[in-house]
Amino acid sequence: MDRPVHLTNIFDPISTPAQAIVELSWLVLWICAGIFVIVVGLLTYILIRFRRRRADADEPPQVYGSNQIELAWTVIPMLTVVVLFLVTTRTIKAVQDAVPSPDTVHVTIVGHQWWWEIRYPALGIVTANELHVPVSHQAQPRPTFLKLQSVDVAHSFWVPRLAGKTDLIPNRDNSMWIEPREPGLYLGQCAEYCGTQHANMLLRIIVHARDDFERWVAVQQQPPVNNPAMQVGRDLFQATACVNCHTVRETNANGTFGPDLSHLMSRATLGAGVVDNTPHNLRAWIRNPQHLKPGNLMPDMQLTPQELEHIVAYLVTLQ
Amino acid sequence: MAFADAPLAQPHVDASRLPLLVQLHYWVVTVDHKRLGIMYICTGLLFFAVAGLEASIMRWQLAFPHHEAVSPEVFNRLFTMHGTTMVFLFGMPIILGMANYLVPLMIGARDLAFPRLNAFGFWLSLFGGMLLYFSYLGGEGLSGAGTAPDVGWFAYAPLTGRAFSRGPSTDYWILSLLVSGIGSIATSINIVTTVFCMRCKGMTLVRMPLFVWMMLVVAVMILFAMPPLTAAQVMLLLDRYLGARFFDTQAGGSALLWQHFFWIFGHPEVYILMVPGFAAVSEIIPVFSRKPIFGYAAMVGATVSIGFISMGVWAHHMFSVGMSVTANSFFAASTMLISVPTGIKIFNWLATMYGGKLRFATPMLFCVGFLFQFLCAGLTGIMLAAVPFNWQLTDSYFVVAHFHYVLIGGLLFTIFAAIYYWFPKATGRMLSETLGRWHFWLLVIGFNLTFGPQHILGILGMPRRIYTYAPGRGWELWNLLSSIGVVFQGLAVLFFVWNVIRALRQGPPAGDDPWDAWTLEWTTTSPPPEYNFETLPEVQSRRPLWDLKHPNDPDGRHE
Repeated sequence: MDRPVHLTNIFDPISTPAQAIVELSWLVLWICAGIFVIVVGLLTYILIRFRRRRADADEPPQVYGSNQIELAWTVIPMLTVVVLFLVTTRTIKAVQDAVPSPDTVHVTIVGHQWWWEIRYPALGIVTANELHVPVSHQAQPRPTFLKLQSVDVAHSFWVPRLAGKTDLIPNRDNSMWIEPREPGLYLGQCAEYCGTQHANMLLRIIVHARDDFERWVAVQQQPPVNNPAMQVGRDLFQATACVNCHTVRETNANGTFGPDLSHLMSRATLGAGVVDNTPHNLRAWIRNPQHLKPGNLMPDMQLTPQELEHIVAYLVTLQ
Repeated sequence: MAFADAPLAQPHVDASRLPLLVQLHYWVVTVDHKRLGIMYICTGLLFFAVAGLEASIMRWQLAFPHHEAVSPEVFNRLFTMHGTTMVFLFGMPIILGMANYLVPLMIGARDLAFPRLNAFGFWLSLFGGMLLYFSYLGGEGLSGAGTAPDVGWFAYAPLTGRAFSRGPSTDYWILSLLVSGIGSIATSINIVTTVFCMRCKGMTLVRMPLFVWMMLVVAVMILFAMPPLTAAQVMLLLDRYLGARFFDTQAGGSALLWQHFFWIFGHPEVYILMVPGFAAVSEIIPVFSRKPIFGYAAMVGATVSIGFISMGVWAHHMFSVGMSVTANSFFAASTMLISVPTGIKIFNWLATMYGGKLRFATPMLFCVGFLFQFLCAGLTGIMLAAVPFNWQLTDSYFVVAHFHYVLIGGLLFTIFAAIYYWFPKATGRMLSETLGRWHFWLLVIGFNLTFGPQHILGILGMPRRIYTYAPGRGWELWNLLSSIGVVFQGLAVLFFVWNVIRALRQGPPAGDDPWDAWTLEWTTTSPPPEYNFETLPEVQSRRPLWDLKHPNDPDGRHE
């Protein structure tokens, strides 16, 4: 599978909190680089200058210490620490104490083993694994605030180019925010070990230009497509245990254990990013969910080949 | 009975001439601190090999994107067992073994204060280790529930709850660490008591070798750090078997409570492992620089303050859990503060070398490697203490690189330094310098090649503990380099093993004092007799052998 290169370099931020972090990081890096050069320089000098020469049996002068010198290399590092602490606290406050503006998009992210449930309470949208947000401009700031929860174990939301990580912890509400400046696709993934498929709990953030975002919202808000030609597949879907875990709005499928499928085909990937969302992969996924993502919690539904075709045909219409 | 007739407790019997069974029996029933120390160290090295193999399999899996060398379940067990083994079954036994062997010799005592408790502690630790590895055979439990534990070495709740960890694999993790933890506590009590009560005549606290000072601080830290872990593990057992709800988030329990408990143990634990490394370096650098340690009092003070501050930094492992601005700032401050005494130590070692006549024998080479790599570890530690930077770096490969620079680049290098330095004392044979240099250089190259690129992986957004990754994230090259480094490290370890075997068979005799050193262990024979010293020594200064060798310029004048 050929994928375009998507770097997730933390030093290439495109969002306000990530930018604030990078500014602090460069300062810390330069201070550390300074210390590194001084100490390694000193070490190298000592190693070369004070090697024992051949046939030099005498002991060198015995020096036991010096209070002045000890004081110097206690106080100077102390001062460095004070400076580092002050700049660190400033950035902590700037990122953590930010308040949402009236124009803010509010999203609730719920961690599941091993996928992301994404809810827009004010917009009435529920989706999975792909977070769509509007771009934010200096003139018209439109940040996105995320409320982070988990239904099972601890997860961590990390999209390196947008912000630092914040954990999703069961029985607790956490929050964070992003404010992307450029439209595009940004990758991330779960950063707290959460069980077998921790590695394939991938995240895609799609940052839209303003109008595109409104269009995406409008599509998601529509009821799922009900194509009469797919009636057989639809009935079959509603008659199997699929409905216990998945939701398709305006049907009897209202499970919440697995991702909402109302607009399944509007998403680019399956299995929280494990493969591209094509009819072929969808069929393979349903036929044996354990093949593409071993250990995931979707069972094999034991469908006959004919049932499989009907259900896939129906699901593919859910644009 | 044959055993009863064997002259076990009598001096002047060459143990190596006894029948094999009697020799083995002697090792099993021994309460001699030197034999227990050697057994601790051998246990540690054995588990080091096992955990190293586990790491090699992981690096093979991660060498290429979408590589399928092992299944996700197996990979998750591997990193859990690797971490747990390295910390509890390699690190702890080896540092306790060093303390066991050297502390009585260095303070001029005949044994630890409680020899039987000492044996008890060792056997508990070994039993804990074997129990953990028995999980591979006995952990199957419910069908398909898995064998060895797969919850990660810090076993975050609620992944360890019954709902998410079926079968008994997590119970093996809990019980084995509980057992070996009790062993560590017993040995720590023993070390503290020995240092306070068994010093030879003239050895005041301020004349103790720095090694002993630092091991004392370590033992005290274990006494404070281990009980919270033990308590948390008991709570977790109650959760799993008696329906308690401490960490059961589905019934109102707290996932963060476990994290706090674990890291209140876990962070001091890092220093518990690292300070013994400092202890060895503080003995070796002076001898190979031919100068006394620079700033003895400052070194003691720095060690004690590391001990204190290390108890107040635990939540820097938790900057991403959503703590308040105040809590985040506090733990940033305490974490940055601990770099000050650590820096003081580095400067004092450098000052000890400054103006000396440096002999680059293998122990000293490893100390120099340690100085460089531990500096890197300290600096990445400062980066991780800057909370916002930490939000990006935590749980990424940057952290993996950071703590391997601490524990491998730092601790492992000092352990090898210590082994090359004290091996002649413990066995009476010298290790080969040539093989030692091969060992050192291969390890330096392999270590930096494996863990250097992992800093970059973290910066490029690769999280830790993932069993696979897709191509196209810019991670391929760095992962491959990192895996190639393992080959060099493996070769280095083979050189070490060869060196040890060769020295035991045909190494040149060491004599009492091969390094021209200054502390009391070098006054007795190599290996020392069971009673250590024929007559208990009496000291007038920190360097009793210096006084002996330079009667015109005794050390005591300068203290």
